[in-house]
Amino acid sequence: MTTVLQFGPVLVHLDRLLWGLMKTLEYAFLSVAFGTMIGILGAVGRGFGPRWLSVIIAAYVELIRNTPLLIQLYIVYFSLPLIGMKFTPGTSAVIALSIHLGAYATEIIRAGVESIPVGQIEAAKSLGLSPYRIVRHIVLVPAVRAVYPSLSAQFILQLMGTSIVGAIAAEELTAVANNLVMQTFRSFEVFIVVAVIYFVVVQAASLLLAGLGRLMFRWKQ
Amino acid sequence: MSLRDFGFNEFWFILMAAQWTILLALIAFVGGGAVGMVIAALRVAPARPLRWVATAYIQFFMGTPLLIQLFMAYYGASLVGYRPDAWAAAALTFVLNGGAFFGEIFRGAIESIPKGQWEAATSLGFRFVRTLRLVIVPQAVRLMLPPTVGFMVQIVKSTSVASLIGLTEVARAAVQVNTVTFEPVWVFGTASLIYFALCWPLSLYASHLEKKFATGMVRKVEKPLVMSV
Repeated sequence: MTTVLQFGPVLVHLDRLLWGLMKTLEYAFLSVAFGTMIGILGAVGRGFGPRWLSVIIAAYVELIRNTPLLIQLYIVYFSLPLIGMKFTPGTSAVIALSIHLGAYATEIIRAGVESIPVGQIEAAKSLGLSPYRIVRHIVLVPAVRAVYPSLSAQFILQLMGTSIVGAIAAEELTAVANNLVMQTFRSFEVFIVVAVIYFVVVQAASLLLAGLGRLMFRWKQ
Repeated sequence: MSLRDFGFNEFWFILMAAQWTILLALIAFVGGGAVGMVIAALRVAPARPLRWVATAYIQFFMGTPLLIQLFMAYYGASLVGYRPDAWAAAALTFVLNGGAFFGEIFRGAIESIPKGQWEAATSLGFRFVRTLRLVIVPQAVRLMLPPTVGFMVQIVKSTSVASLIGLTEVARAAVQVNTVTFEPVWVFGTASLIYFALCWPLSLYASHLEKKFATGMVRKVEKPLVMSV
């Protein structure tokens, strides 16, 4: 039984792992951007839209939050081509990841919107602010600020969630790791190295998000 | 072109795979709950090294993807002289991973019990474990309950990730059926429905508990992290 860990054969492929990491970060960044947009629209639609819209948004949120991301990936990847929308695995992954995060972001931001006192909105109305400016400055910005910690925790989970997009043949860190397993036969070592990479990136991203939050919501500290 | 149509047999095949999803979720819930209790106790233990160990444990399991943990357990088996086995790896990973999340949930509830309770118990001559067991936890249970039920939803959903190390449950059964029928809408629609049927009642129950316990509660428990996948 040879149980000695050998990291050498893995570390010579570090460049490929780092390439995979770049793809992981790309999926995470794009889906966080799109997902947050969906979340803002969803929360505003639920809070201020007509009744039918708010029912549709609620159904979307419940459906996504009660089914696994993996199944959502499969649906986007396998079903969209049937209606003529053929995408690369990478694009499919970003679409599915964005729809997924959008539901969570909607729910989180909605909680923030609900925490805004009605009096604050009424005060803005009585000052003659336009509806757009009320929604943006009086509701959304304070709402997002209030839920920023939950939101950034969700972003971090999204970053780790990208690890499963290899299931639809999208290239990222975990998928590269699986290729290296076939190539080097150093399976356990590969995943130790990958775990370390994820861990470092997750810690860095947490710090970055916390710093960004401090920068964006600088007033009233 | 498809080899088979999506009929009742194909539907039944995916539905029957739900037993493995449920079994893995139960293992994760029971085992993870037990580990979580220990982790939570270590997190609030008087001895600092114990708290460090628990913190490192939580940091690892919350700071790396579940899939990576699954692969490590799967491939790590041969390192200690066992043949890689999807079920053994999945059970181990879900128990340990669940333990970290439950640990954080339980700790949140334990820490929201007023400090005076600890001091009162100490003044009665109770040591750490007895205080925790007889004084703190019984009061903290009602705070733990809503996030615990909420986390069960996350567990059920995350069992799908185990399909990627070759464990047959709903997600993998669906992929297998999709390969022969190529009816993705029906196949993954069925799979979604199964997961939804398992998760939605739990979600509703969790938010019901949250509302029920929120009334008349002085302290709010910090919102637990939700697991995404």
